[in-house]
Amino acid sequence: MDALGLYNYWIVIVLMMTGFYVVVSRGNLVKKIVGLNIFQTSMFILYISMGKVAGGTAPILAEGFETYSNPLPHVLILTAIVVGVATTALGLALVVRINEAYGTVEEDEIQLQDQEA
Amino acid sequence: MLLSFLAVIAIGILRLRNLFAVVMLSGIYSLLSAGLFVALDAVDVAFTEAAVGGGIATFLMLGTLALTTDREKLPEGRLQIIPLLIVVATGALLIYGTLDMPGYGDPTAPIHQHVAPRYLADAERETSVPNVVTAILASYRSFDTMGELAVIFTAGIGVMLLLGGARKRRGGPSGGPSGGPSGGPSGDASE
Amino acid sequence: MQRHFVLRVTTKLLMPFILLFALYVQFHGDFGPGGGFQAGVIFGAGFILYALVYGIESARRVAPAGALRVLISAGLLLYIGVGYAGLALGASFLDYNVLSAPAPKGQHLGIFLVELGVGVTVAATMVTVFFNFAGRGRD
Repeated sequence: MDALGLYNYWIVIVLMMTGFYVVVSRGNLVKKIVGLNIFQTSMFILYISMGKVAGGTAPILAEGFETYSNPLPHVLILTAIVVGVATTALGLALVVRINEAYGTVEEDEIQLQDQEA
Repeated sequence: MLLSFLAVIAIGILRLRNLFAVVMLSGIYSLLSAGLFVALDAVDVAFTEAAVGGGIATFLMLGTLALTTDREKLPEGRLQIIPLLIVVATGALLIYGTLDMPGYGDPTAPIHQHVAPRYLADAERETSVPNVVTAILASYRSFDTMGELAVIFTAGIGVMLLLGGARKRRGGPSGGPSGGPSGGPSGDASE
Repeated sequence: MQRHFVLRVTTKLLMPFILLFALYVQFHGDFGPGGGFQAGVIFGAGFILYALVYGIESARRVAPAGALRVLISAGLLLYIGVGYAGLALGASFLDYNVLSAPAPKGQHLGIFLVELGVGVTVAATMVTVFFNFAGRGRD
């Protein structure tokens, strides 16, 4: 197997790790959620890359096409995207409420306030 | 290639301190990945990603920024070396894992041998729906989709509960919280 | 954004097409790319555009919170109802074959209804979430 065949997966891993790094290293809650989104999208790309068949076409059956890409990952990711935005909205709602309660969205300051209390 | 652009944007998101720019970049990131999905034959997914990532998610984040703040404060003096090490180690392990994976687009990969050929062969006869993605989504994996829909429903209810009610008075005047971090550096040595 | 003339006119021109496109994606999803999830988010995004340009108040008049709340539940209930319809007609949960007489026709009907339920819930959820976020800033 040639190196180019795995290029997609490597970029996915780079993206995934970038998202992961944003989540663990940044204290700002909004940025953490953006990081989670990057992580999530990299996962989507991983699945869709696996479903691709060389020379295939989109899995909508039609005359004159023989090879189709694998439709199963598409289904899984399709629902995952919409669920992802719904849960992102929930996370952002929590951030808004945290901001209302603490007056900040920085993790350190929130912990500081908790310790003072 | 599009993938490299994605990587560049992700690094940009990591580096930027202005959250407004970060959110805009993440919208661009979503649109780019939608383009990538078209290239990978997943047109249905691309549709959704473009509408969700470029439209709704970006707007929601902007709404959050409007309600909170658009500057990220970076804690000074705290070394980011441990997270970096963890991330690099995890990434290296994962890349080691990909070495055993079948190449990109390989039609003999195990994923293409399991149930997918059956769906592609029988979907039109069994459901009279030529779009196999729709057929699997709504018929073969109907239970799955019902669960997903329930999750969306629950998340919607959750947002309503969190944000729908009457707004309480803020914990303090806006000057209060920014006075807090003056004692910040010492508090950093907590646990 | 009330005063931007170009935006207002363009939005008004585009609105019907966006919503129509959402409906097309919803009901043509069996044959081309599309389906309930996609249609729901496109519909939601179109609506959000309208609300952004014309203000939350006028958007709320089109979609009152109570109606949205009903729609969110109605979509999920339609989905589950289709499942129970199969059960009531003597087959298993979410078995569409019994819904209509010749074999693939029931499948088609079931898929159509289920996708409709998905679309309604997703669109209503997106718009509700938007209203909650946008309405939070003002008291």
